[in-house]
Amino acid sequence: MSDRRAESALSDQFESVEQQHGADLFGMWIFLATEVMFFGGLLVAYAVYRHAYPHGFDLASHRLSVVFGTVDTAVLLCSSLTMVLAVRALRLGQRLPSIALLLATATLGCGFLVLHGTEYYHEWQEHLVPGRYFQFEGPHLTEAQLFFWLYFALTGLHSFHVIIGVVLMLVLAASVFERRLDAERYIALEVSGLYWHFVDIVWVFLFPLLYLIGLR
Amino acid sequence: MSYLTKQTLRSWFFATDHKRIGILYLITILFFFTIASVAAAMMRIELITPQGDFVTNETYNKLFTLHGVLMVWFFLIPSIPAVLGNFVLPLMLGARDVAFPRLNLLSWYIFIAGGTLALWSLLHGGVDTGWTFYTPYSSTYANGHVVSMAMGIFVAGLSSILTGLNFIVTTHKMRAPGLTWFRLPLFVWSLYATALIMVLATPVLAITLGLVCLERFWGVGIFDPRLGGDPVLFQHLFWFYSHPAVYIMILPGMGVVSELITCFARKRVFGYSWIACSSMAIALLGFVVWGHHMFVTSQSVFAGIVFSLLSYMVSVPSAIKVFNWTATLHKGSITFDTPMLYALGFIGLFTIGGLTGLFLAALGFDVHVTDTYFVVAHFHYIMVGGMVMAFMGGLHFWWPKITGRTFPELTGKIAAWTTFLGFNLTFFPQFILGYLGMPRRYHAYPPEFQFFHVLSTAGASILAVGYFMPFCYLLWSLKWGSVATSNPWKATGLEWQTPSPPPEHNFAEVPTVLNGPYDYDAAKNTFCPQTEEGYV
Repeated sequence: MSDRRAESALSDQFESVEQQHGADLFGMWIFLATEVMFFGGLLVAYAVYRHAYPHGFDLASHRLSVVFGTVDTAVLLCSSLTMVLAVRALRLGQRLPSIALLLATATLGCGFLVLHGTEYYHEWQEHLVPGRYFQFEGPHLTEAQLFFWLYFALTGLHSFHVIIGVVLMLVLAASVFERRLDAERYIALEVSGLYWHFVDIVWVFLFPLLYLIGLR
Repeated sequence: MSYLTKQTLRSWFFATDHKRIGILYLITILFFFTIASVAAAMMRIELITPQGDFVTNETYNKLFTLHGVLMVWFFLIPSIPAVLGNFVLPLMLGARDVAFPRLNLLSWYIFIAGGTLALWSLLHGGVDTGWTFYTPYSSTYANGHVVSMAMGIFVAGLSSILTGLNFIVTTHKMRAPGLTWFRLPLFVWSLYATALIMVLATPVLAITLGLVCLERFWGVGIFDPRLGGDPVLFQHLFWFYSHPAVYIMILPGMGVVSELITCFARKRVFGYSWIACSSMAIALLGFVVWGHHMFVTSQSVFAGIVFSLLSYMVSVPSAIKVFNWTATLHKGSITFDTPMLYALGFIGLFTIGGLTGLFLAALGFDVHVTDTYFVVAHFHYIMVGGMVMAFMGGLHFWWPKITGRTFPELTGKIAAWTTFLGFNLTFFPQFILGYLGMPRRYHAYPPEFQFFHVLSTAGASILAVGYFMPFCYLLWSLKWGSVATSNPWKATGLEWQTPSPPPEHNFAEVPTVLNGPYDYDAAKNTFCPQTEEGYV
């Protein structure tokens, strides 16, 4: 029995590999449920203030660059594709393609962070960071500040998740390289894939809520 | 070889065994309980006289904040789930461990990190916002260490999320063959319902406290009225967590009591599926009643009426439980062992706490007693009279299993009675005080309230004795208690089908479940464990 356990990396507490894989996947789904609630608190705050100050929020949103936002979205969606292909490659036993796809996912994640960092830099220069130096033309100064506070909180929290995802991809790529993960032991990759797709989906909500509101 | 055989520091601090982790939690939460109790004692001493003479009002504010924060997040929330739940859940499921043992250990370390942050804030001057951290006071004006205290709670919340996650996955994936959902012990049902709340509500508290911290750091924030922000939004978000958290602090207690009542009445539990489903109903309804904490805020009257009605609805599943426990006692063959005394105390005190909860859910009456001692008495009847009684009952019930030793029964009974009497003397006068108009969180008060305050302080000193006694004799029993058999209470659950204390992986071989959880027969005085063919 111990040989079989060592071979399939079956932990002591489980009876079978199926049970272990089922538990791992289910655990990640539960974790993602907590993440939904975590972002949910902020999104409720967004909904409340958007409802209270629709005009101010529209005007503030117009200061964000839709071009940047669109490219961000495209980059992240592509990274989800490479992620899912990486899982498939590993399950088919294609070790090197899987590593390449994981590294591609990490690179796209980094690309997203660089793009977003550039946006932050522009906003800093344009005095759109809430606080003493915040400047906004017209009568909607405080409301725009509220919008940008939520913008930085939401995108900052999201970017933090992307950073964790990138580190995760690198660790996974190393594990596949060292043959600690293979066609039999792929579950870590699949579970991390769920996480990465979740991070992607959060952005799919943030993009329209922050960049696309109000007629231009 | 029992799980306690190895006794090195390494075997404790790197333990992935759920039973050891349960004990680590037990020691940790008792530490926080002691600190928070000292704060309570100082408040009670201050309140003996109408003048503020023992501590200043600032110190008093810090004392009740400390008491609330530590008792809620560092004692009550982890009390039954992380100690008894951790120890008993895998045993009840016939599993070797929880689904993620290393995550389980990690959540204890995270808990310690959160506790350290909270203690750091305490030692550096404390926080005076109350455990509720209402904005804009907490975000803008308070001078204390709000950020570190809030981060401590944030971190402890993460620990509670991971525990909940572990319990949910364990219950779904680790049940022994034959252990169907409706053969689960009711304690498992209540832990499952609790875990759902932990997983879905705690993140909202985390983000809310995170936003308060950011606001303090940054100087501006979304609860800031100067930006058009709404401080009441904080209360909505806070209570969206904290009301369900009230159920984190009672549901596991209800589960323990269900186990105790049926075992010591030697009778099948009355209405098993109703009790199981009422746990789930309480967990779900608990998410839609938060507005009853906010009847006197800017919340609309319509919202108030809706929240009031929804709050009444929670009383239905709670009452189902109380009636079913009572019906279980009916024609039972009851023995008044120590755990049973605590369980019976729980039923009485929880009923008082629950009924006064209905008073508070009524809009008109609530406006009269908002922020008075009536509210304080109500939630102490639930949290202390309910949860702490159940925790003590459960601790005594499973003590032989945890340690392999029995405690002195007579001393145990005396302690249970002392706790019950001391508790009532402490908190019943507070209902009257609150009704007469004594507001909470004041260190000085008009002289006409002194009589009830003195009664309450006298009760608190009796209560302290009631808590101190088990602490002594349980420790004593570790060395001098008589050796426990594997099933000292003649109970049916799987945890009693393995030696006391259990071996490292709980069962020599995975048990097969052939029976429902409570196959007792009061008339014949027999019982049939879950591993044998029975009638249920």
